[in-house]
Amino acid sequence: MIVLDAIERDFTVGDEVVHALDQVSLELAAGDYVSVMGPSGSGKSTLLNVLGLLDRPNSGSYRLEGVETTTLNEEKRAALRREHIGFVFQAFHLVPRLTAADNVALPMLLGGIAPKERERRVAEVLESLGLSDRARHRPDQLSGGQRQRVAIARAIVMRPALLLADEPTGNLDQHSGGEVIDLIEELNAGGITLVVVTHDQAIGQRATRRIRMVDGRVDSDTRHART
Amino acid sequence: MRAPDLLQFAAQSLAGARKRTLMMLLAMSIGVASVVLLTALGEGARRYVVGEFASLGTHLLIMLPGRTETTGGAPPLFGETPRDLTLDDATSLLRERSIRRIAPLTVGNAPVSFGSREREVTVLGSTRDLFPIRHLTLGSGQPLPDIDPQRAANVAVLGPGLRKELFGGQRALGQWVRINDRRFRVIGVIAEGGESLGQNLDDMVVIPVASAQALFNSPSLFRVLIEARSKEDIEPAKRAAREIIRQRHDGEDDVTLISQDALLSTFDKILRALTYTVGGIAAISLAVAGILIMNVMLVAVSQRVAEIGLMKALGAARGEVLRIFLVEAVMLAASGAVIGLAVAALGIVGLRHVFPAFPLTPPLWAPLAAVGVAVVAGLVFGVLPARRAARLDPVKALTGR
Ligand SMILES: Nc1ncnc2c1ncn2[C@@H]1O[C@H](COP(=O)(O)OP(=O)(O)OP(=O)(O)O)[C@@H](O)[C@H]1O
Ligand SMILES: [Mg+2]
Repeated sequence: MIVLDAIERDFTVGDEVVHALDQVSLELAAGDYVSVMGPSGSGKSTLLNVLGLLDRPNSGSYRLEGVETTTLNEEKRAALRREHIGFVFQAFHLVPRLTAADNVALPMLLGGIAPKERERRVAEVLESLGLSDRARHRPDQLSGGQRQRVAIARAIVMRPALLLADEPTGNLDQHSGGEVIDLIEELNAGGITLVVVTHDQAIGQRATRRIRMVDGRVDSDTRHART
Repeated sequence: MRAPDLLQFAAQSLAGARKRTLMMLLAMSIGVASVVLLTALGEGARRYVVGEFASLGTHLLIMLPGRTETTGGAPPLFGETPRDLTLDDATSLLRERSIRRIAPLTVGNAPVSFGSREREVTVLGSTRDLFPIRHLTLGSGQPLPDIDPQRAANVAVLGPGLRKELFGGQRALGQWVRINDRRFRVIGVIAEGGESLGQNLDDMVVIPVASAQALFNSPSLFRVLIEARSKEDIEPAKRAAREIIRQRHDGEDDVTLISQDALLSTFDKILRALTYTVGGIAAISLAVAGILIMNVMLVAVSQRVAEIGLMKALGAARGEVLRIFLVEAVMLAASGAVIGLAVAALGIVGLRHVFPAFPLTPPLWAPLAAVGVAVVAGLVFGVLPARRAARLDPVKALTGR
């Protein structure tokens, strides 16, 4: 489903070139549960951004569902993001002036989906995430855990095949972090491909496929039975 | 994004930044309101003047002694003392078929008294035809008698203001007043409100032209009012009048003829230009408001970097982000314009209340142009911030790098 081949992503800072991703080749199958770990600055976020089509590699090939994405124009990449990819960020990134329901509806708004259908799907997703009674709340009226659950609702409302989470529990306490992980694992059990970047050993160990990055390279890539 | 969603989204984000939005609305509405109000004043002045001219008379020509050269050239060697216009000159004009009637005018100042009350007023010497030519209506009594203009008669028609000052509540008709030591019998009083442009007849007294010439000891006329038979006759009447006077003045073309139409269209042009000018000046404030919009939108973009990154992550292409911010800018401008129109409407109602006689109406183009300029300003000055937003790199935007 996802094939990365010799992906290179360089940043030039001053006269120094940083290889954030250095010849990364990777295949992800549909339904994979992948954790990405590694020291700070090893290129985890960069990898996730490339996977999410937010960032363009300098060279290499990235095929998503058989489509070569590196040659697509901005418009087509945006459409692919909208239809196939959901993001969950450490900082939640909810729009503060919008209610939980409106935040969740945002991708559908951008996708031009009719209001009736939007309402129905927002209600459905909030219901399944146990957030129905928070639909009219604005982000500042929600706890951290609730905010991240709203963000997850927004990430999956377009029913993407791929869910990318960059340190989703980084701003949460142990308990709500656990809840968020439970939630995205449930989604993975439902068939969504899940990639989680994390510093938390315990969380990383829960994935069935564990990638370790060092200096922009894939250092190890191991598969494990579900615990 | 669907159009209604786009509008709602823009409205929400404007409502989210309340202070900024209110400031912008204020700037834009002041601009629009001033355009509409100022052009309304200009247009009102134009209508007022046009209306005043219409009350002067319909097919009116005014003849005055002396030639006003507008063609330039060297001044004549011999001193240019134009010949006086005389009563005979005036009556000879009646030979011309296209001229319906004429009214010679002499003007002077003299004390008018009744009993112990005395006023220094303007004395008009004329004939009976002055009344129809100037559309003067009488409040009571008779106009000047229909006599040979060369004949003096000791009768007078008073302006309503003068009547009040001299007679108070007393009956004026039939009484004798003194003008410069001559006695005149009051035979008529002009109706209240008989005003027209340039001359307020309120405080005047009208006597037969020959009497006035005797009074001021001068045979020359100040003006001759000429009424043509119809609108089409104005030009022939003008030519004929000039020719008649030229023959009488030994071939010397020494009178000036002003047609009301020419005067009117000159005033009309001047006042229209004035309206455009004040409208244009006020439009500058719209441009200033546009620049303010640009600033405010730039601030908005920098404050909403994370949101823009998010929208891109959620699948908004550059064009979409551009549209969102442009719609916000235009919406800001358009709502400011609508508020401005409301303010202007209130202002006009208020001014009408204070000056009921002044025909205060904005020309139709003014509100349309003001709103148009406001929206275009929003669009033009919204482009730069919107492009900045559209070009943001989503990764950098989301990480705040
Ligand atoms: N926009 C950028 N400009 C310059 N250098 C960058 C940029 N983005 C990333 N880098 C560099 O690329 C390398 C990889 O960065 P990345 O953010 O992927 O690391 P990470 O593994 O996510 O680290 P962390 O665990 O701290 O989040 C780092 O050395 C970083 O400094
Ligand atoms: Mg990172």
